Amino acid sequence: MDRKIRVLVAKPGLDGHDRGAKIVARALRDAGMEVIYSGLHQTAEQIVKTAIQEDVEVIGLSLLSGAHMTLFVDVANMLKEKHIDDVLIVGGGIIPEEDVPRLKKAGIAGVFGPGTPVEEIVDFIKMNVKR
Amino acid sequence: MSELDSKVLKGDIRAIARMITLIENNDSVAIDAMKNIHKKSGKAHVIGITGVMGSGKSSLIFELAYQYRKRGKKVGIIAVDPTSPFSGGAILGDRVRMMELATDDNVFIRSMGTQGMLGGLASSVFDVVEIFDASGMDIILIETVGVGQAEVDIVKIADTTIVVLVPGLGDSIQTIKAGLMEIADIFVVNKSDKSGVEQVVVEIESMLEISSKSDRKIPIILTSTKKNQGILELLNEIENHRIYLKKGKKLEEKRKKRYETELTEIIRKRLMSLIFDESKFKDKVDRLIDQISKKELDPYSAADEILGKILK
Repeated sequence: MDRKIRVLVAKPGLDGHDRGAKIVARALRDAGMEVIYSGLHQTAEQIVKTAIQEDVEVIGLSLLSGAHMTLFVDVANMLKEKHIDDVLIVGGGIIPEEDVPRLKKAGIAGVFGPGTPVEEIVDFIKMNVKR
Repeated sequence: MSELDSKVLKGDIRAIARMITLIENNDSVAIDAMKNIHKKSGKAHVIGITGVMGSGKSSLIFELAYQYRKRGKKVGIIAVDPTSPFSGGAILGDRVRMMELATDDNVFIRSMGTQGMLGGLASSVFDVVEIFDASGMDIILIETVGVGQAEVDIVKIADTTIVVLVPGLGDSIQTIKAGLMEIADIFVVNKSDKSGVEQVVVEIESMLEISSKSDRKIPIILTSTKKNQGILELLNEIENHRIYLKKGKKLEEKRKKRYETELTEIIRKRLMSLIFDESKFKDKVDRLIDQISKKELDPYSAADEILGKILK
């Protein structure tokens, strides 16, 4: 039996727009993945604990408010603190080009801006899962 | 004892999470670890919660879990959502209403897809129940969503089955009656702040009058998670039912049924993969299917031939 990739799609912080996150969630499901959707307004702690309990291989963070430099990096750091190194982190939303290198350095392996074809995200995840 | 099962038995959260993933994928290390886990399980009270879509099951589970935590109980929650039969993928969204519990180390929430079993519960739900139980959880809440076989199957796993209805279903109670209405140990009419509550209660009561053959009166509890009403009463009735099961041999019988279903499920799964996945039989099966479609053979004779080869 094929192993299913499990993905947590999470919305950190105060931003209340989850249309993009839901579209991505559906695309991942249609690609045969199991998607756990967290809902809005999550703290980094909630996201990391959920990722552990659900034993996901991928965390997809979505944020449109501009606080990605703090919130995305918080999630990545908290995973590092807990010595979890087999979870792929990707992020999406309105993210200025100049922030991307720093996000990648912090451990957000893939960053996807508006207009990214969903197939690109699906392929990136399939190519880069760590387990 | 392997490292994995000893960690699970100690309640290590990451070990529990990994163990579930492994058993869902039929991993041989995990299957081996189940030997010890099975021995240590059997203490937790397993509560199944099912009902029509949009009846507020997730919110109800959140409230119950919250109350059990207040009483010092460790809680495991299994949220089952349908797997798409087309892509094999699933969106598991029941956590949305439970995220406040996410930072409590004594609540473990796991979402699962139905994994393409013919509408039924994922067979690994049985394993997750035992893993939760053996790792020291006192209460295990299982949520099944939507309509179909999964709702009826839950009765084979749960000690106490709660069926959640809401006002305003109207005559649709008639249509869901088959199956769903017979499995309830407790009825909940949720969203009882809305109008039409009495009608639902009357319908349930009249249905129970016709079909009731039990020595136990099935309670109907009105709840409103919005107004925080009826939760304590529900908690009470769950406890009453637990005591009722413990008296006599009812719990033992229930558990036996559970293991019978699980055993059947494991055998079914293994036989199916033996016949349809393993290369030894695959060619043969393909040839037989060919013959059937050419009318050289009928499906029953083909099945005889395959089973004869396995059971020889």
